[in-house]
Amino acid sequence: MKVIVPVKRVPDTAGEKKIDADTKTVDRESVESVLCPVNEFAIEEAMRLKENQGAEVTALLMGPESAQPIVRKALSYGLDAGIQITDDAIAGSDALGTAKVIAKALENEEFDLVIFGNQSTDARTCMVPAAVAELLGLPSLTYARYLEVEGEKVVAHREHEEGWDVVESSLPAIVSVVEAINEPRYPSFKGIMAAKSKPLDVKSLADLGGDAGDAGRDAAAATMYEFEPRPPKEAGTIVEDEGDGSAASQLADWLVEKKFV
Amino acid sequence: MSELLVLIDHSEGEPRKLSLQMLTAATEIAGETGDTVAAVWLGPGASGAADTLGAHGAAKLYHWDSEDAQGYVTLPQVEALEQVFEQSGASTLFFASGNHIKDVAARLAIRIDAGVITDCTGLEVVDGAISATKEVFGGDLVTKARVAEGKKGFFGISPNAFAAEESGGGAPETVALDVSLSESATAAKVTDVEIQTSGDRPDIGEAAIVVAGGRGLGDEKGFELMEQLADAIGAGVGASRAATDAGWYPHRFQIGQTGRTIAPMLYIGSGISGAIQHRAGMQTSQNIVAINKDPEAPIFQIADFGIVGDLYNVVPKLVEELQSRAG
Ligand SMILES: Cc1cc2nc3c(=O)[nH]c(=O)nc-3n(C[C@H](O)[C@H](O)[C@H](O)COP(=O)(O)OP(=O)(O)OC[C@H]3O[C@@H](n4cnc5c(N)ncnc54)[C@H](O)[C@@H]3O)c2cc1C
Ligand SMILES: Nc1ncnc2c1ncn2[C@@H]1O[C@H](COP(=O)(O)O)[C@@H](O)[C@H]1O
Repeated sequence: MKVIVPVKRVPDTAGEKKIDADTKTVDRESVESVLCPVNEFAIEEAMRLKENQGAEVTALLMGPESAQPIVRKALSYGLDAGIQITDDAIAGSDALGTAKVIAKALENEEFDLVIFGNQSTDARTCMVPAAVAELLGLPSLTYARYLEVEGEKVVAHREHEEGWDVVESSLPAIVSVVEAINEPRYPSFKGIMAAKSKPLDVKSLADLGGDAGDAGRDAAAATMYEFEPRPPKEAGTIVEDEGDGSAASQLADWLVEKKFV
Repeated sequence: MSELLVLIDHSEGEPRKLSLQMLTAATEIAGETGDTVAAVWLGPGASGAADTLGAHGAAKLYHWDSEDAQGYVTLPQVEALEQVFEQSGASTLFFASGNHIKDVAARLAIRIDAGVITDCTGLEVVDGAISATKEVFGGDLVTKARVAEGKKGFFGISPNAFAAEESGGGAPETVALDVSLSESATAAKVTDVEIQTSGDRPDIGEAAIVVAGGRGLGDEKGFELMEQLADAIGAGVGASRAATDAGWYPHRFQIGQTGRTIAPMLYIGSGISGAIQHRAGMQTSQNIVAINKDPEAPIFQIADFGIVGDLYNVVPKLVEELQSRAG
């Protein structure tokens, strides 16, 4: 079985973000970057398929050259190989443009299962996995909180607001996972050392047999054209409780005043 | 003039609140652009909801009454919508920016070459085109986004970003869809649906009031107290990741960056520090109340009303106060 895990470099949510005034996108070189934490759950699920069913697992990242440490980081969990798609022409792609490049890259690979994170922590669109599935004409079993591969079949529990749907399809298939699915391991020292010498293929769009027609800033079907820092909030009323819960009646008064009661 | 489509999210034959909010927003936009609003209902139950949809601005109602809409994963809805777009020449789709529906939008966008903007918290018409407001990077930045000229535009709408208002419209013209699914549309099957009800409590995405509990509750039993508080004020119950990770409350109630994004009229957080990843899912709440024993907890920076104190002293008293004032 061959499994591919698309991973993304994202700015650390807790870090400070700067917007590039010219391109109106986040200046990704100025913030501390990390492997998207949601991808750790996808990697863990892939590692379990490697350990239990002998799967061969490849990480796939689309991003600039400087994102290479993120691919190595993904490999340090124990994955077998990495692919990085790097091309100036794809900078500034929107979610659908990103999906087109990832789909093109996947067309060049053999796989049974692609395991995405359900979302990335920066864009949070959740668009990429389903869009890739559409481009490849494959089923999209997304938001999995449980996943099982049995022979040629994959079963997933797709989480929603009221519980989950149990769904199944044959392989190959595209899945995405939510963080409830497992508890990711930490990379071991051995894994970190081994990651340095694992095969990592860097490819351009031309290598994939594609062109930038569909991706990149100019092709983006949706663009953000204005960024503002979130306006600061006015200070609220803060009261200290005396240890007897008496502050609760002040809060109740406030809730009445605001017509919540 | 063209049609603005609103994909109705529904449960047990009732449109969800967000669907009525989307119709109201679409009606307002249509007033400016000269377009008309059409609702799309996929799955059984459209006829029972037609009047409500009309009253909220839908001039037309496309419906596909087949169980297949929910019997297979995503693609039946994509193919039904594809047909609506073909039939109507519509320019725009509004959809509920929630998990499974986002997949419908993504796959349809690839098919009919649309631009998608998810998680919109505001909409306006600028130079004749729709501009959307959304938050990115954990809510640190508020952005304006638009779809490239000449493309169809799909806008995923966040819950409670708009009020639902009746516009005085009558029953909509109904158009039944006859969809014959492709082979690939039935390739992924729904074999079972596990519904875990939370009693009469509203869903946290829809609720006007949400009560949330965190690590400060100390254990699973703390959520009984949260539920008492919720029931005293008519709220839904949510949790921080620390609480869902500990297994005190199910993951689908997690509020934050990797959980749900909520924007209720009132949020009451107890024993939650207010980490940026939590704030990313609740900071657009209209009123924020925090109960925390640490005066330095970051949640107080965004609180409209904060109590520095032990939640186990404050919350039971609050429940009593609310019960006595209500009754
Ligand atoms: C990739 C990623 C994604 C994440 N996504 C989310 C997300 O979606 N949602 C989310 O919530 N978090 C998320 N987090 C986790 C987030 O960083 C915090 O760890 C988490 O929100 C903390 O939860 P908490 O506030 O309940 O716990 P803590 O930060 O431990 O805070 C507990 C608070 O309770 C107070 N307290 C303790 N006892 C009492 C008492 N008796 N009375 C009153 N107050 C008391 C303490 O003073 C403290 O402030 C994410 C983290 C990462 C890395
Ligand atoms: N540039 C990228 N390279 C590889 N995978 C990506 C990239 N962008 C998004 N993904 C994948 O798509 C998932 C969903 O991301 P998004 O649609 O941006 O919310 C992520 O968890 C990743 O698995």
